[in-house]
Amino acid sequence: MNVVEITHLTKDYRTGFWFHKRRRALEDLSLTVQAGEIFGFLGPNGAGKTTTLKILMGLIRPTAGKARILGCPIDHVQMHQEIGFLPENPYFYEYLTGREYLIYTAELFGRGRAAAQSRAVELMEMVRLEESLKIPLRKFSKGMIQRIGIAQALINDPRIVFLDEPMSGLDPVGRREVRDIIMNLRARGVTVFFSSHILADVESLCDRVAILNRGRLLDIGRLTEILRMEVSALEVMAKDVQAVTLERLQQLGGQTHAIGDRLHITLPDDRSLLEVIMTVQEGGGKVISVNPVRESLEEFFLKRIDAQYVSSHQYAQAGSEISR
Amino acid sequence: MRKVLIIARTTFKENIRDKILYNLLFFTLAIIGVSVALGQVSIGHEQKIIIDMSLSAISLFGTLIAIFIGTGLVYKELDKRTIYNLISKPVRRSEFILGKYLGLMSTLLVNLALMSAGAYLALWLLGKSVQSEFLYVLAAVYAIFLQLMLVTAIALMFSTFSTPVLSAVFTFALWVIGHFSTEMKRLADILRSAVTGHICVALSYALPNFSNFTISGRENLLKSAAHFHAPQLTTLMLATAYGFLYSALLLTLAVFIFQKRDFK
Ligand SMILES: Nc1ncnc2c1ncn2[C@@H]1O[C@H](COP(=O)(O)OP(=O)(O)O)[C@@H](O)[C@H]1O
Ligand SMILES: [Mg+2]
Repeated sequence: MNVVEITHLTKDYRTGFWFHKRRRALEDLSLTVQAGEIFGFLGPNGAGKTTTLKILMGLIRPTAGKARILGCPIDHVQMHQEIGFLPENPYFYEYLTGREYLIYTAELFGRGRAAAQSRAVELMEMVRLEESLKIPLRKFSKGMIQRIGIAQALINDPRIVFLDEPMSGLDPVGRREVRDIIMNLRARGVTVFFSSHILADVESLCDRVAILNRGRLLDIGRLTEILRMEVSALEVMAKDVQAVTLERLQQLGGQTHAIGDRLHITLPDDRSLLEVIMTVQEGGGKVISVNPVRESLEEFFLKRIDAQYVSSHQYAQAGSEISR
Repeated sequence: MRKVLIIARTTFKENIRDKILYNLLFFTLAIIGVSVALGQVSIGHEQKIIIDMSLSAISLFGTLIAIFIGTGLVYKELDKRTIYNLISKPVRRSEFILGKYLGLMSTLLVNLALMSAGAYLALWLLGKSVQSEFLYVLAAVYAIFLQLMLVTAIALMFSTFSTPVLSAVFTFALWVIGHFSTEMKRLADILRSAVTGHICVALSYALPNFSNFTISGRENLLKSAAHFHAPQLTTLMLATAYGFLYSALLLTLAVFIFQKRDFK
């Protein structure tokens, strides 16, 4: 089942003093998200991720196109009962404590006072803020704010959660915790739609991703479909390798470079792998690891974006020639 | 409606945790204190002076609270982007506007109660009987409340599309003009048939008319309290109807503007 359906969404922001200039932030975006999946929305800064999420949340209106969530149009108020949203760099009422804020949010979702109170404490524990129940949000650090943001997005036990850059502002431990929360949500059948410009987060979490750049969708699909996951090289890591052995390894087709006391040997394929390992061992060295090298999402991403840049650049040049 | 009340309650919390409120409240009580001192100098007129000054102070500072807090109510939510967390929830934009309005109105109500209590306390300290004029003062404070309803609605309406400073200037301008509606009608009389005359008449009816809350015919609600006249019931009822209707109109306009907005 499609829980999110975006069709031909376009957004122009009006800018300038008289709002006479238009700036296209999103162009003809169409995609669907299926129930129960973790969907990664990837793109560099300014790609249009936040714009898309704001349209879905009813904060801004699209210039053209439509979107449906859970089968309802986005301005359907009751549909919002079933979804959660974490804005980018969220900000909350400074004069409330974290607990008060969560109670307020739970009440807006229609819970009674007592139910809201217990739900607030439950969520504070989940995001590990149980020791900061009575501290005003004014005194929260960026990481704590982000956690409160996640807590408020989950307070209504949503069927779909939209998270705009959920890992931003968090330290490695915090990122890990957010990742665990997202995995937990999936285990419970919740659909997660999250945006990020950090590839590592997406790579390890998402069932499917969409890659966006300059407001246009570049690719969408399973990571294994988008990336050619075949092994492009092998990397052998070894230590205590003698200089004589080094020469022999290079003859076998390995590219070598030393980092600290380790030697990295990169092989184009696995044909000479066994020989390389034996050579290292015979020379008194130790093999530490053998790793296949795949095209990472990062490399893929940069390549795709470069390609788009080049083609739009050529297009612009062609256009200027025509006008001359 | 439940959601309106939840938003109103949180807005009330926001207001009472705001320093500006205490500054204004302090000033009012200080002026009431001064009126006690002045009252003692003018023997025989103590009561009149205390009631007169207190009511003026309550009206002025109530208006300042309504303008200063009212113009920031919506703007702050947009500026700090806290609005994202509300509009993405099952909350209508109209519920948001109404909740904000009711929140500030309850703050103003509590403030009026505190300030009036200050005035009564001053009278009581002077050993004056409070009973006889209790109702008259209460009627005057009620008239002030109606006036604040309107001022807050104006401030809120402007703040749905403009910055706090501009909204405050606009609101204050309307508040001043609104006190001269009677004069505007008189001006129209003088200009008679001229186009400007018609414009004056139209404006005097269209713009909020604050003299509806203080003067009706020859009766001044604020002054009558000081002179121990019982206000006429019809005056109070007309003022009530005017206050509620005009505020409702302004809030509808505020919601209408707010519905059209993108939250960037
Ligand atoms: N309020 C706005 N007014 C004008 N332009 C905007 C506004 N918000 C975003 N943009 C522009 O729209 C594009 C997409 O922005 P955004 O959706 O925030 O990207 P992302 O979240 O992927 O970083 C950018 O070029 C940005 O400059
Ligand atoms: Mg963004």
